[in-house]
Amino acid sequence: MNVPVMYLIGLAAVVFTIGVVGVLIRRNAIVAFMSVELMLNASNLALIAFARSLPDGRGHVIVFFVIAVAAAEVAVGLALIVDIFKLRHSIDVDEMSSLKG
Amino acid sequence: MALDLVIFFFLAVIAIATAASVILSRNAVYSAAFLVLNLTTVALFYILLYASFIAMVQLAVYAGAIVVLFLFVIMLLGADRGESGQTLVWQRPLAIGLGVVLIGVLFYMLLVAGSIPPPAASDLPAGFGGPEAVGRLLLSEYVLPLEVTSVLLLASMVGAIVLTRAGRREKR
Repeated sequence: MNVPVMYLIGLAAVVFTIGVVGVLIRRNAIVAFMSVELMLNASNLALIAFARSLPDGRGHVIVFFVIAVAAAEVAVGLALIVDIFKLRHSIDVDEMSSLKG
Repeated sequence: MALDLVIFFFLAVIAIATAASVILSRNAVYSAAFLVLNLTTVALFYILLYASFIAMVQLAVYAGAIVVLFLFVIMLLGADRGESGQTLVWQRPLAIGLGVVLIGVLFYMLLVAGSIPPPAASDLPAGFGGPEAVGRLLLSEYVLPLEVTSVLLLASMVGAIVLTRAGRREKR
């Protein structure tokens, strides 16, 4: 595929913004987590688009590391959500306000 | 070139529609299903951008392992219900307004930056983005980050087990 890199970055920007809005409006912690994954994916797409247009294989290596870190983050994040659910029987992020003054 | 643009816009519409469905679905299981579709579409983009190895990693790690983990937790917690009533009425309009501002800034930046014409496919090095090319970089120039990543994965594995271990709370 040979489209201008600007189109791909534009698509990545749109998907990233959808992820940001998802984190802001959803109160289900699991869906907020999925929105974070959308943002990571958008940044990966931008990196791959730049790697193809330069062309430089190092972009692929960075995306590989981002995917590995995302896997680690999801494992710990979902463990935290399970723990919070055991404590409060809810994963609504608005109800996690014990620290409020 | 024209066919490339048709393919790009077709896949772009699918990617944006599935991403919007992830955050708009009432049921978390539907969100996970749309997330799989979105990740698969992005993997197709990777293949079209000559990143074949990363496309396979994306399918195996993201669409395979991570989404299955999401689904396990949704089923385990029974968290697929809709959300309770709105507690902060100004939250949603403010979030959408901030999203519009963010997309405006990003597109303004794109217009200022202009576009780089990508090199033709025949100008790419042989085997660009394949397992061999990525593997050579990973095991030569990036061997230290690769080893640090393995420590990170071990730490997150231990952390997840410790956090969800039964009877942790009673001991305190």
